[in-house]
Amino acid sequence: MNVISSYCHIKNNRVSRNGFSVFEQKPEIAFFEFASAAFRNLGVAYPKFFKMDALCKLALLASEYLLSADPAFGATGPEHTGIVLSNRSSSLETDRAHARSVSNPEAYFPSPAVFVYTLPNIMIGEISIRHQITGENACFVTPGFDAGLISGYVNQLLEQKLVKACLAGWIELDGPSYEAFLYLVVPPQGTAKNSNFGPHSTKGIWDLGF
Amino acid sequence: MEALIEKLKIEIIQQLNLEELTPADIDPDATLFGAGLGLDSIDALELIVLLEKNHGVRIKDPNDGKEVFKSVRSMAEYIKANGKS
Repeated sequence: MNVISSYCHIKNNRVSRNGFSVFEQKPEIAFFEFASAAFRNLGVAYPKFFKMDALCKLALLASEYLLSADPAFGATGPEHTGIVLSNRSSSLETDRAHARSVSNPEAYFPSPAVFVYTLPNIMIGEISIRHQITGENACFVTPGFDAGLISGYVNQLLEQKLVKACLAGWIELDGPSYEAFLYLVVPPQGTAKNSNFGPHSTKGIWDLGF
Repeated sequence: MEALIEKLKIEIIQQLNLEELTPADIDPDATLFGAGLGLDSIDALELIVLLEKNHGVRIKDPNDGKEVFKSVRSMAEYIKANGKS
């Protein structure tokens, strides 16, 4: 049975890792401001972060807080790591921004930097570029976090030995509302006492989140 | 020319979301791509939009792009020669 080696939640301007708060700001602060502060808190030099749309910023933040502190990722290596993410609103927030930029024929200035983010799986691309992850990946759009779908897909990738670890979870953003729940799934690690990975355990950790 | 260069620096920072930079950090003669500001291909497209949107300048010959976007100063010189501002 595969296991969750660590997990990260981001919601209400708070980042928590394995159930412990690691960064927090007042809830009234806008997401963009919170995201920049949370990223600077990591002390990572990666200017590309600031060019991303909100969904990718959320995904990258969660992956950064998770992977930087999980030795299982370093031990596995990015070339053997997969990514399986899901959300409800796809890239709708950026789709709207692009639609606004092309709605007025008199001021028709679509932004290339906005347009490139009008697909939800770009968040997987941004995480992959940042961490040189080249394993299998998939992005699902579902009405809510479907722990069964994700665990079935991830377990299959691991059992078929297509990957040796898999970053998975839920990265949802629509307007001011956002939530990230990301976890790393690995094969059983010797005497590790992690929860067995499956729909029940994943949902259990999700429910514990905040 | 210097005023236009300073204006361009602010516009580039805003348009390209270079949050970590201030206008003072940008050397007007430094290369924009590669070792200089480290801009990428999407940034190049954004700069083309910036020229047209903010200065009414359209690059007619794609071969001019390399020279126009060499530095902030070369952009300003192109605007001065071809634009309204």
